[in-house]
Amino acid sequence: MNRARKVLIFGGTLLAAFGMLYGLHYAVFVEHQTLDGMGGSLARAFTNAGEGRAGDSRLALTAYRDIKYTYVRQVDLHSHWIGLAMLMIVLGVVFDEVAFGERARFAIALAMLLGSIVFPLGVILQTARMAGLGSVLAIAGSAIVIGALGATAVGFMKDDKGGAT
Amino acid sequence: MLVFGGIALIAAGMLFGDIFAVFVLHQNGGQTGQALLGAANAVAAQDSSAVKVAFARIGNLLEDRGTKVDAHVHMIDAGYLALLLALLQPYVNLSSSSKKLLARLFLSGALLLPVGIFLIHYVGLAYSPFPVIGWASVLADSAGALLIIVLLIEGWGFRNYMRDGNATPVEPELPKDRTWERRMLLSGGTVLVLLGFVYGAWYAGINLYEHENREMVILKNLLEQPAGAGGIGSSVNAYGMLQAEKAVQIAAHSHIIEFGVLAILLSFVQPFVFLSEKWKRIWVRILLAGSLILPVFVLLELKLGLLAGAIADVGGLMVVVALVGMLVGVVRHTGSLDAEPGRAR
Repeated sequence: MNRARKVLIFGGTLLAAFGMLYGLHYAVFVEHQTLDGMGGSLARAFTNAGEGRAGDSRLALTAYRDIKYTYVRQVDLHSHWIGLAMLMIVLGVVFDEVAFGERARFAIALAMLLGSIVFPLGVILQTARMAGLGSVLAIAGSAIVIGALGATAVGFMKDDKGGAT
Repeated sequence: MLVFGGIALIAAGMLFGDIFAVFVLHQNGGQTGQALLGAANAVAAQDSSAVKVAFARIGNLLEDRGTKVDAHVHMIDAGYLALLLALLQPYVNLSSSSKKLLARLFLSGALLLPVGIFLIHYVGLAYSPFPVIGWASVLADSAGALLIIVLLIEGWGFRNYMRDGNATPVEPELPKDRTWERRMLLSGGTVLVLLGFVYGAWYAGINLYEHENREMVILKNLLEQPAGAGGIGSSVNAYGMLQAEKAVQIAAHSHIIEFGVLAILLSFVQPFVFLSEKWKRIWVRILLAGSLILPVFVLLELKLGLLAGAIADVGGLMVVVALVGMLVGVVRHTGSLDAEPGRAR
């Protein structure tokens, strides 16, 4: 097994296990409480408004917005981490059929791994009061993954008359 | 076992998703909108107890919808993982009996996980010793933990293989043929994934924050409507449209990527599909066409309405039919191993 395939398969397996552990932790210790907080604050906003307490209603609505902002990104983090990991493993199995030299394939595999770590990391930083840095990392990570995937697609399409190895 | 179980899980998960989309999704959305309208009217009438009743109803509807979506997604993803594990088996340095046990445990967990998620809405907190976690959640979490344990042991076996620099595969590797089916699935799948990534990046950059801001504006408008104001209905409609807009955009993004990965995975198992070339190509064409039709027409639902929704459902059904067709080929392959060599018809 060459270096590029090792990076994709081993890196992907580690990322998948990490993403699933994060998901298990999140489901057991965080998600139910978060959903309760999100639904509860929205219900409070309406109930307070129904009781004529406009100030409390606005506060509850702000709490709803903040909890939902974090919740959406935490769920995205979990699903994107595992999704990218699975894609890496799948590509790792067939990466010899990308019609580039070994060094180029290794560089593409490294870019896939880097982007797959940086993109979800940026998403989680957006929830940790580092929205600016988080957005930069998320954009950079997704751009790296898109570039690597585009190169892989070109490699597969070029490889019409036989395997690269 | 993993190839058969993986394709069966994906086909079952997609069929469940199609049934959910046709019989539950739109009705659930309509009922949620009605409940929100009731809550807004109760706010305008300063009736806080009616607000609480309306929100209990909304929470119930959202849980109903969310658990069904999760069951659909987790069953398909577990199927993908089963196919992946099947591909990795030649490089997992464990005994044959251990691998069979792991495969059985994985498929058991993969079945129990979506079943547990599906039951969360119906079982609720009945007889549960926990304040917010019911027995169905315990079942789902335990099944998820089982999948993680199996994955870690498989990873350990893979590590053992990797540590031996001169190791040869412990099982015969998958045949690396260059058939038309394999090339079409491989390149078509990669293009689908790429399209999904580009669309996802566009959605995150252009729509995500705008949707979040618009939701707050609509909710503020709803809460500040005076009693008897005619704007409540239009605000609830705007909220419903926003939710629909988000749902179709996210669904288009996730489905096109999942179908791309599925196509790549299926390219590996084509040697196990014991069908004639003609039928193999037919299933590949149907699968790729359905994989494009579903996300494109899901995206067009807001412009074309129910017609687009119906075409999207047909696209999903095309993928399911192609999967079942390939599954029949896998069953025939296992049968052919025990029989005299024959010619596929």
